[in-house]
Amino acid sequence: MSNHSEITNNDIHTDMEHHGANSEEHDVHLIGYGTYIIIWASLLALTAVTVAVAGINLGSYTLFVALLVAAVKSMIVINVFMHIKYDSMLFKGIVAACGLIVLIIFVLMGVDVFTTVR
Amino acid sequence: MSTTTTNIKDINANAHAQEHVHVHRDDEGSKFGMWLFLFTEVLLFGGLFFVYFAYRVWYSQGFHDGAQELNVVLGATNTVILLTSSLTMALSILALRKKNTTLSLIHLGITIACAFGFLINKYFEWGYKIHHGIYPGSEKLLERPEGEILFFGLYYLMTGLHTFHVIVGIIILTTMGVSIIRGTINHDKYIKLENGGLYWHLVDLIWIFLFPLFYLLH
Repeated sequence: MSNHSEITNNDIHTDMEHHGANSEEHDVHLIGYGTYIIIWASLLALTAVTVAVAGINLGSYTLFVALLVAAVKSMIVINVFMHIKYDSMLFKGIVAACGLIVLIIFVLMGVDVFTTVR
Repeated sequence: MSTTTTNIKDINANAHAQEHVHVHRDDEGSKFGMWLFLFTEVLLFGGLFFVYFAYRVWYSQGFHDGAQELNVVLGATNTVILLTSSLTMALSILALRKKNTTLSLIHLGITIACAFGFLINKYFEWGYKIHHGIYPGSEKLLERPEGEILFFGLYYLMTGLHTFHVIVGIIILTTMGVSIIRGTINHDKYIKLENGGLYWHLVDLIWIFLFPLFYLLH
């Protein structure tokens, strides 16, 4: 009978409350409509910059500048649209680790590409 | 005293009900799993970008000449389309969290419409190229310098793989839309929509790199 008094409707209700709170806990931060639109406008502007820069003859720097702009755009998309800026260290860590691994492969491959005779 | 038997039934019923209520839900774990998957996607496309990089260094003239034949306007339009679709994707999630289901579905619909717009552009772009005899293994292409053959091979492979991802994205987002209509994705339980959004943003990210590397090689 003491068992019965433990399992009541109140307990079930509390569990649901707990779950409801849990789902909001990790992501209380809401980015507003305005912010998203400003971010979108920035991305469009950067696209225009990319196209414009391609028209200017910068020689071997063209690729570097194009990739730089692309990198800036990616950081904006990852941080705001994909929410990494507002997420816990766990997710920041994954993105950082991913970027680091890609960079390492790229650099090592670069050494190979630029030092071997084709 | 006859309540003893009833109590046991009640205990079982309540315990069972409590089990149902106590469904293990781990949104953070869900998102983590999605990010791990995105990591594998980055390695997939990353590998192809590495190939591009090597061949561009070794066949810079061929790459330059090949890029001249790509339509910058179409490429830039596709970039704008995908960037806008990323915006509406984020707005869809925001609207849902603010309990505006209708607006959420509208934004999701625009995202999917943008995806179709991208596909239509790609269809015309590839169609034009193929009509002019430039496609992997074609006679016309094989007559060209090695660098150009490699350029177009990579072009078709990478934009093709990307387009496949766009199509999969349409299927995923449509499925999310159905779930929103049914209510299985709602303002309290929206991790699936968020994860679908993450996938879509990745598709956009890949194009952000594809565009300058293939279309803007002046």
